[in-house]
Amino acid sequence: MAEFEPKIVAFACNWCTYAAADLAGTARVQYPPNVYIVRLMCSGMINPDYVLRAFEEGADGVIVSGCHYTDCHYIDGPVKCDAMFAKLSKMMHVLGLEDERLKREMISTSEGTVFARVVTEFVEQLKKLGPSPFSSLRKEKVAV
Amino acid sequence: MNLEDIIQETKTYYCLECGKCTSVCPVAKYDPSFSPRAIIEDALLGFEDELIFNQKLFSCLTCYTCQQRCPCDVDFPVFIRKARSIAQDNGQHGICAHSGQLQSLARLMTSPDIKQRRLEWLSDKYRTSDDSDVLFWVGCAPYFEPIFEDIEFRALDITEASLKILNLFGIEPRLLPNEKCCGHDVLWTGDIETFKTLAEHNAAQIKEAGVKKIIFSCPEGYRTFKLDYPSYGFDVGCELQHISEFLAERIENDGLKFNEVKKKVTYQDPCRLGRHLGVYDAPRKILESIPGIELVEMQYSRWDSICCGTSAWTNCDSCSNMLRAERLSEATATGAETLITCCPKCQTHFRCAMTDKGEEKRSMPNIEIMDLANLVANAIKEGATVSK
Repeated sequence: MAEFEPKIVAFACNWCTYAAADLAGTARVQYPPNVYIVRLMCSGMINPDYVLRAFEEGADGVIVSGCHYTDCHYIDGPVKCDAMFAKLSKMMHVLGLEDERLKREMISTSEGTVFARVVTEFVEQLKKLGPSPFSSLRKEKVAV
Repeated sequence: MNLEDIIQETKTYYCLECGKCTSVCPVAKYDPSFSPRAIIEDALLGFEDELIFNQKLFSCLTCYTCQQRCPCDVDFPVFIRKARSIAQDNGQHGICAHSGQLQSLARLMTSPDIKQRRLEWLSDKYRTSDDSDVLFWVGCAPYFEPIFEDIEFRALDITEASLKILNLFGIEPRLLPNEKCCGHDVLWTGDIETFKTLAEHNAAQIKEAGVKKIIFSCPEGYRTFKLDYPSYGFDVGCELQHISEFLAERIENDGLKFNEVKKKVTYQDPCRLGRHLGVYDAPRKILESIPGIELVEMQYSRWDSICCGTSAWTNCDSCSNMLRAERLSEATATGAETLITCCPKCQTHFRCAMTDKGEEKRSMPNIEIMDLANLVANAIKEGATVSK
């Protein structure tokens, strides 16, 4: 059997993390192709349902990433994101999801190598954990 | 299921078009574009698309006020629920409150591989037992805990108070470590498939546990188990009771003595417990048996009682907020200090309205709000015991 390849959804803010991923690409930094990046205007706009839907659609791990506290284009996006993420982690913990499947990162525009490293490490970690407990929902009809 | 079947099943063809439903509908009062009568008319005239692709379909609170007044006994809330399932099949989902995360949670719970950590809050203050005949249904409380922490609502307080009460009566209830969402919210938003998966799992778990009685602290779970599980063919085969019914029965038989609580209170009938299941007297009996409690009724109470403004986490809009403002001002107008309710969702919605940071905040009346189980748990004498 082929080795388990985890699917990762990364919610990345337009101004920092998405640009960092772009930089990693233009600089030809190598990282595993398991990540699906969703570009959003700010990490502060992510609501828990985005992450829940990602798991429902078959993600094995989710990265929520945006600017550092002082870099935000909209002043306090990362603070809002932290608050959301704290709630979300508690909820997912009750639901029985391994805490390691959720990752909160702050990656700024110039940190292309950091983005590549985060993804590489996350893929390694998820390979050890195996498929997500919600992976059996993948084949079923999913509400859009 | 098509529209014709739904009309047959809910006896919608009896409709006289008298419009009593619309005149009592709490939503129609604030949103003139919503009319139960017009929705029924669309269905009877065969305008299926107008009905299904209308966002107003998701505005109904399914509070049963219309059904109470209907001279022909048209089951409008069930009609709406079934029409919503056709809408879901056509890609219409309504606008879900809290960005739909509660519906997503229910869908994620259908996965057979999850191992929930839903009983981590349980401390050794409460006695539970794995071979008890009585099961206590914890419900969504462990999930509400993080979601509603910013409106200062602890759903688990209600659960803990209920456990304290059960322990006092010598009952060490059983708690299921892998109970899943009862499916109330997905059922009322029309997602029948998810509901069936959840119901099947829960019914099997309960059968396996072999309990004789289930006690609920949430009227929605109670309603779902009592009416909806049997109607979809899931039989749990045991007695079901809401904590207020249990208490009222025990207070009458055992004559429990409470501490004096000097408080003027008013009571909000949750629609699931009141109009859906007809439990009006049990909570009032409990309130009257606590010395010092003075119960004053609101202008609209019992079967006239007004809904808290949202049900099944769908379509929470300005109309819902106006309903809450109306209900809260009714509560303050009675002169009561505390609004007592039996439903965690009523409490969530009222608390949310009172902590709302928007324009409405200035005009929003403020009143302390508490669950009946908490009030009773606070009034229980220290070290009190009751013979079985």
